[in-house]
Amino acid sequence: MFNYFIKRVIASIVLLFAVIFVTFGLFMAVPADPARLSCGKTCSEETKIGIRHAMEIDIPFSEQYKRFVKGLFVDRIYNQGSTVARTCEAPCLGFSFRTDENVTDLLQRRAPVTFSLALGASILWLTGGVLFGMLSALKRGKLVDKLVQSVALFGSSLQIYLIGWVLSLYLVIRNNILPTPAYVSPFESITSWAGGMLLPWITLAFISMSGYARLTRSGMLETLSEDYVRTARSNGLTKSRVYFRHTLRGAITPIITIFGLDLGGLLGGAVITESTFGLKGVGRLSLEAVYELDLPIIIGTVIFGAFFIIVANLIVDMLYAVLDPKVRISK
Amino acid sequence: MSTFLEVRDLKVDFPVEDGVVHAVNGLSFKLEQGKSLGIVGESGSGKSVTSLAIMGLLKESSAIVSGEILLDGQDLVAASESDMRKLRGTKASMIFQDSLAALHPYFRVGKQIAEVYKSHNKVSKADAKKRAIEMLDLVGIPQPDKRFNDYPHQFSGGMRQRVMIAMALSCNPKLLIADEPTTALDVTVQAQILELLKSIQKQFGTSVILITHDLGVISEFADDVLVMYAGRAVETGSVVDVLTKPQHPYSWGLLSSIPTLETTINKFHSISGTPPSMLNLASGCAFEPRCEFKSSVPGGKCASNIPDLIETSPNHQSRCYLDTAQRANLLTPPEFSVQK
Repeated sequence: MFNYFIKRVIASIVLLFAVIFVTFGLFMAVPADPARLSCGKTCSEETKIGIRHAMEIDIPFSEQYKRFVKGLFVDRIYNQGSTVARTCEAPCLGFSFRTDENVTDLLQRRAPVTFSLALGASILWLTGGVLFGMLSALKRGKLVDKLVQSVALFGSSLQIYLIGWVLSLYLVIRNNILPTPAYVSPFESITSWAGGMLLPWITLAFISMSGYARLTRSGMLETLSEDYVRTARSNGLTKSRVYFRHTLRGAITPIITIFGLDLGGLLGGAVITESTFGLKGVGRLSLEAVYELDLPIIIGTVIFGAFFIIVANLIVDMLYAVLDPKVRISK
Repeated sequence: MSTFLEVRDLKVDFPVEDGVVHAVNGLSFKLEQGKSLGIVGESGSGKSVTSLAIMGLLKESSAIVSGEILLDGQDLVAASESDMRKLRGTKASMIFQDSLAALHPYFRVGKQIAEVYKSHNKVSKADAKKRAIEMLDLVGIPQPDKRFNDYPHQFSGGMRQRVMIAMALSCNPKLLIADEPTTALDVTVQAQILELLKSIQKQFGTSVILITHDLGVISEFADDVLVMYAGRAVETGSVVDVLTKPQHPYSWGLLSSIPTLETTINKFHSISGTPPSMLNLASGCAFEPRCEFKSSVPGGKCASNIPDLIETSPNHQSRCYLDTAQRANLLTPPEFSVQK
């Protein structure tokens, strides 16, 4: 069991490095000149050469890669020994081609926005999705079930940028029911934080909830026909025990799996939601960087996203062992 | 002895798209306190549906249940779901065939038993645990305090069925319905489980309904037998009477199908044909299409009328138009020893 975990952790680390390698190779092959990005067409050739040198992209690719990977673990000093030397603290992801900002600092500043969005929305859609799915399963064929199913179908066919704007229009602009979406640090004011994130949470949760409601419904229906649910009933357990404990417990494993993967993906940046509501998160950052071919930021956000997806996969794998005693003992 | 369970004219219908499935068609029987009744019949004959109806487990399904089920004087057909819930586990309990599927795979067995006990009794967690360990011990699970923490898949089939029994009996029900409790087990373990059920029955005076299609199990365990065919009782009586002097061609067919040591491969007796569809039951005797003796009844009466359940000897009834004298000659099963 323990060995299995160790193996999985090692495999995850190897995978992360593979992602870094491919990402770095792929994007550095793009003909984007940082010199042109930072000073425009009017630059003299000398300035351009100077900038390339300062960014350390005038050295061979293999050397660039080596320094990049090393920089993830120890402080990296650009142009060591020269007058233009500068330090980039580990984990170093380089400097923006355009603004010369440290990418790690940039991510650190943007990450709380994305995390707030992802955590709030995911809690909302998980609880909502599971509750509506259960309701739908327990009232199968009744009006409630049909209603939930229709709304779920409707929700899953919508796009965030449509429903986000429609909700903004009616709930914020016309009726002032919700505050304007904006990010305020929860350490400053927890209420403004929640208020500012509320509409993005609701929007993102509504879209994602549909899938969870349908997944829960089918899982519940399948589990309800299991022998052990009949046993629970035949022993006179109360309905709430039979449904919430015995049935839900049997149906929850695939839901948790998908939830882990979804959350992992979202922590790396919610591009569409952030853009729709003008939230300056990691997703928005990567989108801006793509428009401007700001390679260090693109690489940084991709690695950032990959990190969370890989970690989420690892956690989900380990959760299996917690959720299923058969896995726990046999491994 | 007083009658503990009485079923009168029980009917269970399941409306489906193509019509109505008549799973049970007017079943009546009695079970005395501390006695055991074996119900035999092919798959689809209504045995399990009958037991589910007694347990009230059909209440929240689409099934239409009519007739009377009197358990200790209380009519269960009319009882509300919440009354039935309180009664399940405390007055009547049930164990099932596949114990691996019937126990929750994600909960420790001890906790599952404690949960049942706790939901019917106002006791502390510690007391419920104590009760669970006591029950595990009672059903013969070695080191019950340790096995309390194991999961169902860590038990052997026989041990798991013991856990099921421990759980079903944790609240002292006076009726235990065992739906093919030994089918998935090998023969030696079967015998142990039956032995356990017997000793529990003796110790607590529990009435037992044993559902099976194994006549060997019936002969070892039951006091009375009810042979079901197409949702009706075709023969009832004491084990000795039914198994040694069957009065219905179907019972005779079942008994003749049991292989003996002398049976050679190509000499197996079987009842030809298949059980009828419960969707469109014919107006006559449901067994008529498969009956070897229908020609002995004059006028093709079997195809048009359903015979009544008639007493052929004291406490032995059967549903057949053959006359009593004929039966003695026609329905002589191969020797069947009833171990009593």
